[in-house]
Amino acid sequence: MQNFNSINFRTWSKLGQRGAFFGMAIFDVVEHFDNAMVVTADLASLSGLDRFINKFPDKFLNIGIAEQNMLGISSGLAQEGKIVFATTYATFITMRSCEQIRHYLGYMKSNVKIIGSGAGLVMAYSGNTHYSLEDIAILRAVPNITILSPADATESVKTAMAAAKHDGPVYIRLTGGLNQPMVYKEDYNFEIGKAIKLTNGGDITIFATGSMVYNSLEAAKILKEKNIGVSVVNIHTIKPLDEECVNFCSKQSKLLVSVEEHSKIGGLGGAIAEHLCSLSNHPPLLRLGILDQFRHAGDYKYLLEQNELLPEQIAAGIEQKYSLLN
Amino acid sequence: MNQTTELRIIELATKLRFKSLKMAFEAGKNGAHLGGGLSLVEVFATLYGGIASVDSKSPDKETRDRIIVSKGHCVLPYYSVLNELGFISDEELAGFETNGAPLYGHATRNLSFGIEFSGGSLGLGLSYAIGVALACKIGNRKNRIYVIVGDGECNEGIVWEALMSATHFSLDNLTVIIDHNKLQYDGNVAAIMNMASYKEKLEAFGFHVIDVDGHNIVELYEAFQNNISGKPSAIIANTIKGKGVSFMENKKEWHFSTLTQEQYNQAISEQVNK
Repeated sequence: MQNFNSINFRTWSKLGQRGAFFGMAIFDVVEHFDNAMVVTADLASLSGLDRFINKFPDKFLNIGIAEQNMLGISSGLAQEGKIVFATTYATFITMRSCEQIRHYLGYMKSNVKIIGSGAGLVMAYSGNTHYSLEDIAILRAVPNITILSPADATESVKTAMAAAKHDGPVYIRLTGGLNQPMVYKEDYNFEIGKAIKLTNGGDITIFATGSMVYNSLEAAKILKEKNIGVSVVNIHTIKPLDEECVNFCSKQSKLLVSVEEHSKIGGLGGAIAEHLCSLSNHPPLLRLGILDQFRHAGDYKYLLEQNELLPEQIAAGIEQKYSLLN
Repeated sequence: MNQTTELRIIELATKLRFKSLKMAFEAGKNGAHLGGGLSLVEVFATLYGGIASVDSKSPDKETRDRIIVSKGHCVLPYYSVLNELGFISDEELAGFETNGAPLYGHATRNLSFGIEFSGGSLGLGLSYAIGVALACKIGNRKNRIYVIVGDGECNEGIVWEALMSATHFSLDNLTVIIDHNKLQYDGNVAAIMNMASYKEKLEAFGFHVIDVDGHNIVELYEAFQNNISGKPSAIIANTIKGKGVSFMENKKEWHFSTLTQEQYNQAISEQVNK
């Protein structure tokens, strides 16, 4: 088993979410579950799977550049008793094979874990074809799919075993690049469906997911200096949403904020908004995320900046909205 | 094939045609896929009656043969044969296309019914069958995997992705049956999207391919047993859409339709007087 200690946390952070998942965590999974397998669509080396393939050649299949077929094959394997981890870029696995996910995973409940890497904007100069802006919105509407979105590389490691133990289809959305900043510096308990409150502040709650958890923590620090108290909650499970946590925070705060490296439409913010509107009384919700546009490419930081998702921009956006409330 | 087996399959085929017509008639205004159901009667009868090893008393037995129906709308003979083999009771069969009942217009995975795969969205069964065939190989099982696809269904791109992978993984435990009844929803298969020779295409993909008369059980029976080590098999079953009912044969209008009492009577009398 991987040791959840600070030395490993730093190593994983260098590898990023995908590197930690396929370079480290997946070994625990196959050592714990003899029936686990990894399947990819011509993205083995890039996913950091070379070491895995060398060690477990019989537990790996490359299907070629055929994402739809990859999920059909994964489903057949799963219905015959395998736990299948199928991976390629988030954009291709959730959109090229969208109906396959609905049919084989949602409808047939095949025990397949789809690992979408490079979600959000991290594919940078590759351009919009390689960005995954809509994956949460699309998959959230499909019954029976659990959606996980880890905050950092350590949490990415945790999702691997949690997904393997979960009996049913799971989508794991991996965000951020190499050298991803650490949200977690010590071990903690990860449970699917249980949101984690990272800071306590009485004025505002930020619900953040994936790469935006770290940026939200930084934004909260900026706001704290301005005497605005912010609770930051890591929503690592987008579906099923931890509604109890949202209810609780809604009672404690004057403003709710969602931050995600995903379209402002239909993602975490959408999920929270759908839940909030069933409450008779709740604070306003500010949804921060990727703008509803295809824009020119650039480096990762440039793209986050264009979408106002850097910590100081998140803080400024929240401060402005908050000032209008008073 | 010995005479007993041949007679058993012929008798089964006759029952399937009767049952299919009865199911379609009783579905009333809800309608049923008659044409592409009737084209597969002999394929189902031969496969379930003389070839495949499946047992309704242990429907999830690991070593069973897997019959995967990708062409999910051919439920008339499919449910009928599962009923004949004891997977589906008469009461359950009578619930076909009634509110809330498990047997609807496209078969949905239910192992106790002997249904391996949820059909309905075309093209998805073959890719699934590749995964099943791989798992059976990995598990050193000696069973076979049969997958039934329609000729129009082969317009779907994922079918060709799956065919590509069947030979790549040397799945000689796999038999693909293409129901080549030459009609799809909008009309003649060759006119809608001409696939030319299925045999040549599948051979180019590395399959061992046999062309048969899909209503001739002797040819079908032999084709099912004609397999080659290291290669997946394919059977092009040349069939007639609506086979066995004069006014339905080769008529695209009978792809999905309802039966009046008069039409039903005539269809049944054609079976009796065959």
